[in-house]
Amino acid sequence: MTSETAASANGLTSDQTRQAAIRRRQRRALENEKAKYRRDLVTPEGAALQLKIATFMERAGAFVLDFIFQWTIVLVVFLAIALITEELGYNGWAIGGAIVAVFAFLIRNFWFIYFEMGRKAATPGKRIVGLRVAARDGGALKANAVFARNFMREIEVGLPLQFLFTINGDVSGLISLFGFLWAGIFMFFPLFNKDKLRVGDLVAGTWVIHAPKDQLKADIASVVSQARLEEFAFTPQQLDAYGIHELHVLEDVLRTSPKDVRSDVAQRIRDKIDWTRQPNEGDLAFLEAYYAQLRRRLEQRMLFGDMKVDKYD
Amino acid sequence: MTDLLKSYRFREEREADWKALEALLKRAENVGVRALSDDDMMALPRLYRQAISSLSVARAISLDQNVVAYLEGLCSRAYFFVYGTRSTFLERITIFFRRDWPNAVRSAGWSTLLSFACLFGTGFLAFTLCMMDMDWFWAFNAEIIGDRNPNATTEYLRSTLYEDDVPPEELLGSFAAQLFSHNSQIALFAFALGFAFGLPTALLLMYNGAILGAFVAVFADRGLGYEAVGWLMIHGVTELGAIVLAGAAGFVIGRAVTFPGKLSRMASAKEAGQRAAVMAAGCVVMLFFAALLEGFGRQMINTDEIRYAIAGTTLVVWLAYFYIPRRSGLDSELEARA
Repeated sequence: MTSETAASANGLTSDQTRQAAIRRRQRRALENEKAKYRRDLVTPEGAALQLKIATFMERAGAFVLDFIFQWTIVLVVFLAIALITEELGYNGWAIGGAIVAVFAFLIRNFWFIYFEMGRKAATPGKRIVGLRVAARDGGALKANAVFARNFMREIEVGLPLQFLFTINGDVSGLISLFGFLWAGIFMFFPLFNKDKLRVGDLVAGTWVIHAPKDQLKADIASVVSQARLEEFAFTPQQLDAYGIHELHVLEDVLRTSPKDVRSDVAQRIRDKIDWTRQPNEGDLAFLEAYYAQLRRRLEQRMLFGDMKVDKYD
Repeated sequence: MTDLLKSYRFREEREADWKALEALLKRAENVGVRALSDDDMMALPRLYRQAISSLSVARAISLDQNVVAYLEGLCSRAYFFVYGTRSTFLERITIFFRRDWPNAVRSAGWSTLLSFACLFGTGFLAFTLCMMDMDWFWAFNAEIIGDRNPNATTEYLRSTLYEDDVPPEELLGSFAAQLFSHNSQIALFAFALGFAFGLPTALLLMYNGAILGAFVAVFADRGLGYEAVGWLMIHGVTELGAIVLAGAAGFVIGRAVTFPGKLSRMASAKEAGQRAAVMAAGCVVMLFFAALLEGFGRQMINTDEIRYAIAGTTLVVWLAYFYIPRRSGLDSELEARA
């Protein structure tokens, strides 16, 4: 069924049809945008896993977090050593400074390497943002790849900073500025390729992907009792009002939304399908029953190869 | 309607196995492979394959977003575990020192020569020019090394080469300072800049070679050449060695990016990048030793002959470590996992 016939069947004016078409196109555009970050990884078993590439901002966020962690740890260790040795009667600040410089050297060079070689293939910053490093060819993440991607950071972060600090120094300002712009190419490299690779990823053959940890929640349809289903006997016409997209939105509403949003949604569905509200009918009960029956209908249609993508379909 | 949803029944039948796989993965990720018993190891492939097939079926029959997202996440976690590397950090470090690092250095012979020529060739050139006419010193912008320039007195120059009794915490301080010194930074830059077709690496090496040559010339001009080289080389063999190898690593990448040959540029960069990165990691290790020698050794040892002896020993040790051919010495099990 095309959107036009669906609309005229519902008795909408041509203007409303146009509006609906525009909304639908917008949603498609949004879905395409999402698809741009999805990559299929075909496992040796022949199943395709959908991986999601991390965006530039997510990666920058993870980096900033790691940066904060590294230097907070260094600072805390410095203060601890300095205060303890000072207390013992030595020149604590000098000793603390020296020991911490060694510690900082190790942290600076091996923080990322140590954690990315670990079992979760992610630094604490990446774990918080929900990312991990993986080999682009789907194979094992080799230690050498981890070295490569992290030592390249020197030109992605170190080099631009280097030029930035010399802008007011003794080198000509213009030359420093050119240097900074040149070095900026490396820094913003992830913005200019579709896999959001930084130079280090490119050289190491890695990429950074999402590591989602969705919990398995109770199936909403399973909590609806038989008696409830009989109480809410929707007609096929009433169940054909919505498609898969709306079903998913309804699932999100039921799982996460507060009470007032739920009753608002329930009222809009009642209006749309001409359902007269029974006395003592709860919003949650109505929504769950509608969800269960809508899903059954849509899944049945799907089994016969008939995907009703959304309410205009 | 008396029956349950098909997709719900599907989920109900398999849910226990999904949960079992999830618990198994959680233990493996948090504690390591050692946390898995033999039974777990036997169960893992079955649970993994079942989760993968559940995902394919769920995509086709279930409209429960949560189930599909959960399986998607569970399967990728399991995939990365099943097909990932399972060696520990310690094993990887062992492999690095016993096999990967010397192999990588040996395979980059021509790049090492080029890097050596860039650093010491320009160094020699700058030295010769300065010895002919000290005004060249200023042309090389070598004044960044401080007040050890042609205007300093011979007495002052001599005094910079030797230290009187240094208190221990100052020794520690100077060691720490060396870790973040100019030289350890240019080593990693020389590696990373190789990505820009190798050219900046060459320039960086030549620039620093020129400063080095001019520096030695200032001392040689006053008849302090022998002493200055001893002062420089006690740690310089290791430190300059690290810079040469880092430059060589940069050239390996630069060459792969510029002349990819039959491979695509991406594939070529990746192949060379991993080899070169091993050398860069090794350079960090060398720089650490160099800082030890510079911070402690040079301050405490004020005899030229002993300085030369240490320089010679480090040279022999490094050359032997990198270039004497030998079996990797790893047992076959570790070799296979690397």
